[in-house]
Amino acid sequence: MEWLRRLFFRRRRYHDLSVSIQEHLEEKIDEFMEEGMSHKEALQAARRAFGNVTLIEERSREEWQWPKLEGIRADLKFALRQSVKRPGFAITAIMTLALGIGANVVVFGILNAILLHPLHLPAPQRLYTIEHQQHDWYSQSYPDYLDYRDSNHTFSGMAAYDMVSAALSTGKTVTKNFGYLASGNYFDMLGVRPELGRFFHANDEHGLNSAPYIVLSYDFWCARFNRNRHILGATVHLNKQPLTVIGVAPKEFHGTEVFFWPDFWTPLTNAVLIGYSHHYLENRSTHNLLVLGRLKDDVTPQQASDDLNGISRRLADEYPTEDYGLDARLVKPGLLGDTLGDPVRGFLAGVMALALLVLLAACANLGSIFAARTADRGRELAIRVAIGSSRWAILRGLVAEATLVSLVGGVAGTLLAATLLEGLSRWQPFVEFPFHVVVLADRKVYLVALLLSLGSGLLFGMLPARQLRLTDAAQAMKSGVGAEISLRRFALRDLLLSIQIALCTLLVTASLVALRGMQRSLHAPLGFEPRGVMLAGTDLTMAGYREEQFLPVEKRMLAEAARIPGVSAVGIIDRTLLGEGCCGSEAVFPAGTVDFRKEEFEARNFSISPGYLEASGTRLLAGRNFTWHDDADSPPVVLVNVTFARMMFGNTAAVGQHFLLYRGARPKEVVGVVEDGKYASLTEDPQPAMFFPLTQEINDNYTVLVVRSAFPPSEIAAALDRTLTGIDPNLPLTLHSWLDALDLALFPARAATAALSILGLLAAMLAITGTFGVATYSVSKRMRELGIRVALGAARVELIRSALGRPLMLLVSGSTAGLGLGILANRLLAQIVYEATPRDPLVLGGTVLTMALLGLLATWIPARHSLSVDPARLLREE
Amino acid sequence: MAKNPKHRDLFAGALELMILHSLRVKPMHGYALVKHIKLVSDDLLQVEEGSLYPALQRMLRAGLLESKEGISAKGRPTRIYRLTKAGIEHLEREKSGFETMFAGITRVLAVAKA
Repeated sequence: MEWLRRLFFRRRRYHDLSVSIQEHLEEKIDEFMEEGMSHKEALQAARRAFGNVTLIEERSREEWQWPKLEGIRADLKFALRQSVKRPGFAITAIMTLALGIGANVVVFGILNAILLHPLHLPAPQRLYTIEHQQHDWYSQSYPDYLDYRDSNHTFSGMAAYDMVSAALSTGKTVTKNFGYLASGNYFDMLGVRPELGRFFHANDEHGLNSAPYIVLSYDFWCARFNRNRHILGATVHLNKQPLTVIGVAPKEFHGTEVFFWPDFWTPLTNAVLIGYSHHYLENRSTHNLLVLGRLKDDVTPQQASDDLNGISRRLADEYPTEDYGLDARLVKPGLLGDTLGDPVRGFLAGVMALALLVLLAACANLGSIFAARTADRGRELAIRVAIGSSRWAILRGLVAEATLVSLVGGVAGTLLAATLLEGLSRWQPFVEFPFHVVVLADRKVYLVALLLSLGSGLLFGMLPARQLRLTDAAQAMKSGVGAEISLRRFALRDLLLSIQIALCTLLVTASLVALRGMQRSLHAPLGFEPRGVMLAGTDLTMAGYREEQFLPVEKRMLAEAARIPGVSAVGIIDRTLLGEGCCGSEAVFPAGTVDFRKEEFEARNFSISPGYLEASGTRLLAGRNFTWHDDADSPPVVLVNVTFARMMFGNTAAVGQHFLLYRGARPKEVVGVVEDGKYASLTEDPQPAMFFPLTQEINDNYTVLVVRSAFPPSEIAAALDRTLTGIDPNLPLTLHSWLDALDLALFPARAATAALSILGLLAAMLAITGTFGVATYSVSKRMRELGIRVALGAARVELIRSALGRPLMLLVSGSTAGLGLGILANRLLAQIVYEATPRDPLVLGGTVLTMALLGLLATWIPARHSLSVDPARLLREE
Repeated sequence: MAKNPKHRDLFAGALELMILHSLRVKPMHGYALVKHIKLVSDDLLQVEEGSLYPALQRMLRAGLLESKEGISAKGRPTRIYRLTKAGIEHLEREKSGFETMFAGITRVLAVAKA
């Protein structure tokens, strides 16, 4: 508080001072007048004797001011003048830092939005998704949810929800929309307040179909209903079932999954009403729901997890078949448990680490240029030390300059990042899927940007500090920039540069691996041939069909699509392979199993029509294809893939063998074996899969018509649209080529490739400026020596070798180290990029070529400079 | 004019010491202080006004002095400076320091002469 008081009293102090000095002058005038001077003469004499009144007053006042603050101001002013005088360094530094800091802010912005506070809800840190201990298994059955909810002592509330798509019709408009089926307490547990009307509550639910309500999302309300407030009480149809609109959610609430923004919410108890099997809510072994709980205030996650595991053990005892091995684990909500959470966290953490490394490299780079410049200013600094300036004051000046530059760079970088983040927030990569990434820079992001800027300023500003300590004023003044002290400085700079080059090589390797993986994944053996295939997806349930009506409609669709000119094959499958939400799986058991508690393994399950294999281009390796004669009345048959055959039957031929599913004890006969394929992701290991005839197994409500044709996709799409609408105008249709549908599967690899390429490009730029800086410096410091060598008749090659040997050696050793690191880091990449390996000769060659080009680019100008040495002029100058 | 403040006096702190000592005799205003030092040193020491006022402010800030409104001998409004308790303690410490230093210098000079 002392400073506050001082500030307050300062004005009074200044006044006192003026009065004192004024009186002093008056007395002096009196004194001179007493000696016989006139008033005018006395005034002049007194002024002369006293000195410059203003200056004295000023200096007296300064005693009350803060010398540090004033000093910093002066330092900054000096720094600004320095930067303006030599704009080259300032511009390089600002641009480098803008890119480095910008990259970090973008990555942190995404990290912040997706991982740090993904859901905009009250007290989000007490919300947990209840998952199974087995990773990637997040779904719970409704009866289990009810038991967890009612028996626990550690949660203040527990809600369940599932993400669904459904046909939403108002008047004559039918659209496919995404929404949540949510338990009655969903909104109350989360603590969200409606924008308009009301939400549904726990007491609205009185058994099946008791709450025919729907809540709309704000965006959907705006887009579909034009913000009409009279929508409350109106009726909309979901899969042809009437529901009453009771409320609109607030603008910032987008459900409880970061990547799945719903258009609507409707109570879970309506699941059967909108076409789900009654198993959905009744069957303990039907796992569809995500369960989200809010911890009581004084409960730790560990206590809650123990509590839930107690309940799950009891359930496993009580229902030994359905709840066999049931257990629980708490994970952060918002990313499908850890199914998305794990890879997203890993990926973002990796990219963040890389971005920080890039910034570190930028700082190292600037630090070495800065150190070189400080050495050039050696004489000036030596003079300042000699005339009594403290080293601390000089260092403060250097740090002020570095901080100024890095703050400007930071602001530029943040602006850049904010623009990028805004673009990213508007971006909707999948038309077919409610995937949004909203990453807007908030206070935390700006704080991080500021800290990064200040940190980098200090980091590279402090680098010359060591050098300054070593400066001997007398020595520096005598020899100017002495060659004696430069040796040790070089060692530090060399280390920085080789780290940077290694890093750059690592990033170049990684981005080449990613690019190559991308390119290869387009030609990977997928187990089907997506080129030339048009997919028409529809949902018969949405159009109001019952299960027994599916087959006739599907047969009609196949027959009519086959008649479209240019179509060579058509088939139906119940999922888009590698498409959105692919795929389910089911436990299988060897023939003769009695105890169904421990399955043999789980296999992907699909239902297909007879023409599917031809239409999709899946090869049949043994046995026979399905025909329409494999129907509900004939023995159950199945096609399996190679992996399935090996896992279930080992080396014996699979065709003709049998196995069991849990539901329905009739054994399935394997009639054929098809090639392996990719089902859920491009990077997955070979998965066992089984294909049932549509006529015998209906796995899903979804129907995908697979149409192969050599005709242009747009023609086929138009013809298909006409044909299918002709069959039933109410069918909600999504038409796209299979290659477009692969977008979702390729997205992680694309995102990784883009991120790595951008970072790699940044790192390459930094490595170029770094090498360029060191090479230039090394040449300019040795000009005199080079001149003497030329005078003595040295050849050009020798000149270049001596001038650039060191930077080139650094380049080679750094690149080698980086390549080694790249090979080590490939395991990380293999999770996201298809068949990622840096041992690919193209990748290795590409990396070496890139680094060589980079080296050439960075040393070209210094090399020319060293060759242009004119010994006569140089020796004259010295 | 703008001297390096660190090289203001021959002996760093000499001016402060004289001011403190003079004010211990009696509280004075600026002009009287200059006159007093000139008088008691038989005109040997002339205090520069250019140094006096910054020094006074420095000592006010350090809490060695305090100032209050007063009237000069000629009846003009001015500020009277007086020693604080901290000022008296500071004076005692400085004085013994200076005495030791002078004794040392005198001895060194005596050897040089011989």
